[in-house]
Amino acid sequence: MTEMVYGTVPVRTGDPVLPRWWRTIDKWSLSCILMLCGIGLLLGLASSPPLAARNGLDPFYYVTRQAVFGGTAITVMFIVSMMSPTLVRRLAVLGFICSFIALALLPILGTDFGKGAVRWYSLGFASVQPSEFLKPGFIVVAAWFMAAGHQVGGPPGKTYSLILALIIVAFLTQQPDFGQASLVLFAWGVMYFVAGAPMTLMIVAASFVVFGGFVAYYNSEHFARRIDGYLSADVDPTTQLGYATNAIREGGFFGVGVGEGQVKWSLPDAHTDFIIAVAAEEYGLVCVLVIIALYAVIVVRSLMRLMKERDMFIRLAGTGLACAFGVQAMINMGVAVRLLPAKGMTLPFVSYGGSSLIAGGIAVGMLLAFTRSRPQGEMADVLGRIGR
Amino acid sequence: MIGTLRRPLRPLARILKARDRGENTEEIERENLRLRHEEMRDRARARAEGRLLILGLAFFMAFGTIGLRMGVLASTDAEEPRASVSGNPIIGQRADIVDRNGRILATNFETHALYAQPPQMIDPHYAAAQLVDIFPELDHDRLVRDFTGERRFLWVRRQISPEQMQAVHDIGEPGLLFGPREMRLYPNGPIAAHIMGGASYGREGVDAAEVIGVAGLERHFDDLLRDPANEGAPLELSIDLTIQSTMEEVLNNGMTLMNAAGAAAVMMDIHTGEIVAMASLPDFDPNNRPRPLTSGDQADSPLFNRALQGVYELGSVFKIFTVAQAMELGLVNANTMIDTEGPLEWGRFRIRDFHDYGDELSTTDVIVRSSNIGTARIALMIGEARQRDFLERLGFLEATPVEMVEGPTGQPITPRNWSEISTMTISYGHGLSVSPLHLAAGYASLLNGGTLVEPTLLRQDGPQNGPRIVSESVSRRSVEMLRAVVERGTASLGEVAGYEVGGKTGTADKPRPQGGYYDDRVIATFAGVFPASEPQYVFVVTLDEPIETSGDEPRRTAGWTAVPVAAEMIRRTAPLLGLRPSVELGTLSNVTVTSSE
Repeated sequence: MTEMVYGTVPVRTGDPVLPRWWRTIDKWSLSCILMLCGIGLLLGLASSPPLAARNGLDPFYYVTRQAVFGGTAITVMFIVSMMSPTLVRRLAVLGFICSFIALALLPILGTDFGKGAVRWYSLGFASVQPSEFLKPGFIVVAAWFMAAGHQVGGPPGKTYSLILALIIVAFLTQQPDFGQASLVLFAWGVMYFVAGAPMTLMIVAASFVVFGGFVAYYNSEHFARRIDGYLSADVDPTTQLGYATNAIREGGFFGVGVGEGQVKWSLPDAHTDFIIAVAAEEYGLVCVLVIIALYAVIVVRSLMRLMKERDMFIRLAGTGLACAFGVQAMINMGVAVRLLPAKGMTLPFVSYGGSSLIAGGIAVGMLLAFTRSRPQGEMADVLGRIGR
Repeated sequence: MIGTLRRPLRPLARILKARDRGENTEEIERENLRLRHEEMRDRARARAEGRLLILGLAFFMAFGTIGLRMGVLASTDAEEPRASVSGNPIIGQRADIVDRNGRILATNFETHALYAQPPQMIDPHYAAAQLVDIFPELDHDRLVRDFTGERRFLWVRRQISPEQMQAVHDIGEPGLLFGPREMRLYPNGPIAAHIMGGASYGREGVDAAEVIGVAGLERHFDDLLRDPANEGAPLELSIDLTIQSTMEEVLNNGMTLMNAAGAAAVMMDIHTGEIVAMASLPDFDPNNRPRPLTSGDQADSPLFNRALQGVYELGSVFKIFTVAQAMELGLVNANTMIDTEGPLEWGRFRIRDFHDYGDELSTTDVIVRSSNIGTARIALMIGEARQRDFLERLGFLEATPVEMVEGPTGQPITPRNWSEISTMTISYGHGLSVSPLHLAAGYASLLNGGTLVEPTLLRQDGPQNGPRIVSESVSRRSVEMLRAVVERGTASLGEVAGYEVGGKTGTADKPRPQGGYYDDRVIATFAGVFPASEPQYVFVVTLDEPIETSGDEPRRTAGWTAVPVAAEMIRRTAPLLGLRPSVELGTLSNVTVTSSE
């Protein structure tokens, strides 16, 4: 007995962290994210030297920064994805509280960098945009509320999360930052949908939106002009949109060649909002389709994995994170191909920007943490729900 | 049914049983709660499964659409970015304006505008110095400030000549650039200036500028002239450039000769209402349109169109309307004797004649001698209502419908209270102020056989055939009376051999701005028709404050001032209008025919 215990290798409780992480992580999504990061660096090499030249900096200044931020983001993503959902939730709530306070203090301490909207804290070497960090935090908190609301005797979580969303939207529209505000609302809506929004309510809401749109179109000349301008077939080639569309056409299927693109010289936002145009021009449709496929794989795979999830909180939080991530990419690319009206939004992991990259790393890390495979009682499903 | 009813009851039953046995029920309650949660979780999961599938499909389709759209875009050809494609392009082409024979009255001319882009400049100081040499009116310091400051774009000159353009080229400064410009050009200078009006630039871009009409026809037909759908088809006017030019020359000389402050003349086709020529002096050059007066009376500005905008009490020229209406109503005929014993007293008013014409005159002679008293008595027979109605039908109570933006400003001034005394004074042209163009249109309507014509500046295809004003015979009689005025009456200087001019003089005292009338300032008018045997054209010549000083005492009456000017005008324009003079052939009685046989 003694020799049986003594001298043996101490048995650890549970598996070692890394192997278990590797076994349970969604490797497809992980590789897609890493590839996106790589493409971001590659496109940064193409798109940012003109900006650096304009600002009188070293040609690869922005690429270096992008690499540093990207490395940080990936590290953060790995660390977060190794956490357990409970730990993620606890940290996310703390992060949410911090970033919410930061957001609330923006009008006093923030700076607008001469762009007209107070969205940033200037830290000297870099700037921080609290709303980028607030988004994943909010999604987790809202999912927690909703899941708690589903317990017997739980708080009215859906109402609380809606109130929270509206407060955040109010703060964001103050800046003003309608893009982030609509993303927050969208994430809440998606989570509410998955948490079981009543069908009638959704039909009423949809018809209300359609009706409101018609009323606005026929009563507001400004609104009608915006919509008409968006619907009209030809686009003024001297606008950013016109240049972007042209760049996509110029690129064709295989691109004009590395470094041969012209659009980056004329578009001030070539490295952020219109980076897909740079990709299309230099590397052609092939590269763009690869990028789209990467985003689609991440989003659709995450959603499919969440379908099997038993825990309501994990399911809702994961859905919110995946959809916010996907929609942001969709809007960015949809604008460039004129499927959507103009709205400045970055392409997650590809566009240049410190806050956006690191916050994206956190969000995707959380998503990976939530989509890790866990025992879900599959056998019970197979055997026909006897295990209850 | 029973199963679903019983199941919720069962836990409670277990609890009650346990309580009876005195056991701790908490564990059972927790167990019950866990079971309920599990059931809810499974239900929620089943529902969420479907909804997540929907979401996943939606995202997949959205990404697919974007990919497709990218593919469509990538497979189409790129187009060169061009500013001119922008939403509302500036259309530089403006249609020409031509006269009735196709001679150009207004056209466009290629020129250039000079602008600067300071960021592209190499040596702003040198460029500024050189520019001031070429354009002395530019301010050197200001240019230097503009070229070296923050500005990225500025206009230097709106229009430059080819020589100036070459000189600017020679500076060799890449930051000085030229934009093509269309310039409106009136090759005839001041001829028909008031009709043309003028044009200037509207919206301006680097590559083009909008030419917009600012007055006259150019303004009235602005949309039509700029409409690309017309494909540059010129606007054809009723104006005849030679007649217009002759009229202006004669009128200008006449104005000098008669020492008049201003003059206006209209010549109109009696059947079609086409204004063949219309002039107002003093005039201006529409290529370099003067600024409107900022103080004083706008009527003193050369921009003021006396023929259209100037409303005057035109005097005795109106008598023919009174007589024609009385004939139309059957109140008088050409030979009815009218009491002309003066003065005619009516309340506190007295109506006098220029000379004493005795106790009575025939209706024809009332016109020939221009008797105010006789006309006033005829007007009394007609009465206020009928007179007013007649003048309204002739268009004397509204602004003329002519196609010029200034048209509505020629609004007649009518008496506030159309009393009997108004009727009497209006019958000989006092108390109602109309423009010379009104008068010409009224004469045309009365004398063309009696149908209404409205004045127009556009070329017409045929007679207007408006509603009937008077019968043909009354129209004929009226022409005969006007012919008699020239043959043996107040307008004897108006005889033009071969063209049978008929017309009526009018000399009206000018009203003082303070009220009452000047003694020594008149508006002298001669309005008429030619040739009398087959009327084709009506004309109106109006001189403002003329004095004819060749005689012993200064003469102001129209017979001595407006009539000779009109006669000279007809003498010169009638052949140009293609009218054949009716020549009295000598008898052949004293011609002997000889024969060699």
